[in-house]
Amino acid sequence: MSYENVNSTLGADFRLASRPPAAPRVTARLNALLPSFLARYGLVLAFLALWQISSTQGWVNPAVFPPLHIIVAALWDSLASGALIDDIAISLQRSGIAFAAAVAIGIPLGLVMGQAKIVEQALDPLLQFFRQTSALALYPVFILLLGLGETSKVFVIFWATLFPILLATIGGVKEVDGKLVEMARTYGAGRLTIFRRVILPASVPAIFVGLRLSATTALLLLIAAEMIGANKGIGFQVMNAQYNFQIPLMFAAILLLALLGLIANAVLVLLQKKLCRWSQPNA
Amino acid sequence: MSLAPAAIRGEVTIRHLSKSYTLDGRPLPVLDNINLKIRSGESLAIVGASGSGKTTLLRILAGLEDADGGEVLIDGKAVSGVGAERAVIFQEPRLLPWLTVLENVAFGLDTRGVSREEAKARARRYVQLVGLQSFENAYPRQLSGGMAQRVGIARALAVQPEILLLDEPLGALDAMTKIGMQQELTRIWRDEDVTTILVTHDLEEAIYLADRILILPREKNAAPRLIEIDLPRPRDRSAPEFVRHREELLTLFGLH
Repeated sequence: MSYENVNSTLGADFRLASRPPAAPRVTARLNALLPSFLARYGLVLAFLALWQISSTQGWVNPAVFPPLHIIVAALWDSLASGALIDDIAISLQRSGIAFAAAVAIGIPLGLVMGQAKIVEQALDPLLQFFRQTSALALYPVFILLLGLGETSKVFVIFWATLFPILLATIGGVKEVDGKLVEMARTYGAGRLTIFRRVILPASVPAIFVGLRLSATTALLLLIAAEMIGANKGIGFQVMNAQYNFQIPLMFAAILLLALLGLIANAVLVLLQKKLCRWSQPNA
Repeated sequence: MSLAPAAIRGEVTIRHLSKSYTLDGRPLPVLDNINLKIRSGESLAIVGASGSGKTTLLRILAGLEDADGGEVLIDGKAVSGVGAERAVIFQEPRLLPWLTVLENVAFGLDTRGVSREEAKARARRYVQLVGLQSFENAYPRQLSGGMAQRVGIARALAVQPEILLLDEPLGALDAMTKIGMQQELTRIWRDEDVTTILVTHDLEEAIYLADRILILPREKNAAPRLIEIDLPRPRDRSAPEFVRHREELLTLFGLH
């Protein structure tokens, strides 16, 4: 569906660009929307157009960079035939479980660590050490400990997504304006009330920064994990298609990953808008 | 009545109050043996150069800091820590940005366990008192500095304290807004039965608002001074008595 949109807007853009005053009634509205649309998506459209033209014109090798319509067709075929559905499901499951676990552990732990100096001081050096150690470098260790199955894949994603959430939450709690806490104190608020009514809501925007960062990391690690010792998943399909020189399918899987990333980010942004209406400039 | 005298509301007694901070390992006295009785319903202004301890005194009265020695009695009872009979208005509005104006004003009622319905009704009344009824559902970032401070004032008044403690509440506002707010505070205090203690560095504001002005010296061996301002309200800033008080204060600070 989304690629159809992309294609039709792409076409519309071309038509408008070549003869703008073609449809006078529609143009009035389009003229109002077009500048902001172009400012936001103009470069993406230009990139797609360049890809399509260079591939069909033979400026690049079309066997390595197939034209967009062939990639889109490959994606459509594999989705319609159900060939990729299983891969999508398993990939979503892996990253979903890992992300959920990172949220379930990272946010509460971050809330505690942000408030309790002693806990933070004790754990911070360890955290910094782990954070600086690439999760991918630790993947062999996880495989050694947990086997080559699902557990090690989920765990490596969990490991990599935990830190952005944890650190963002700690940062959010620590940045809460002490003056607001003091204000709450003068109205008789106890520790729990201060936590619930001041510290928690004040940390939400920072937590969302961590969540969005983690969602991206989850997909990144998912692919890496699926490239090693997997026989299913989108990451596996990218590798497998390349081995078998099914280049359109390879790009189709990559496109799918990009779309998943965009969807995950959009969902989080929507959720953030709902929860943080107060911090939106135009709420 | 033959029983104990009817409960006094909002009387503050300060006895032998002292406080010092530690600076480079040496004690730095901030308040030294302050004694003062603030009458019920009175408005007292505290002025003094920076470093005179006026804010520290207010924070001790608010229960946000502990004194090293001496005690504070409210309605005859020694107090420590914060209490429901006191509300503080800070220099910054200190509104919770995720709550609407109405919810912010209701905050102090919520934390004190007033039912949701009653808190809302009471908050609405005080939002109206400070003239922000059309902004009830606005968020703090949509308000100007003066409006935000009004919300802070409404929040403090909504808990119906006996004593209102104000720490340079208008210090961050521009001159025009400030004068408007001073007039508004006079009107509000006339209607609300509350003792007010105001820390300010604005001598004119002190004369305009206060019944008495406490002047804290910077040198700790000098005694604090008290000046009575016996002028009818609303006060005329250009009246000869007003100007005379201002000159008196300026002289005390060595500025005239």
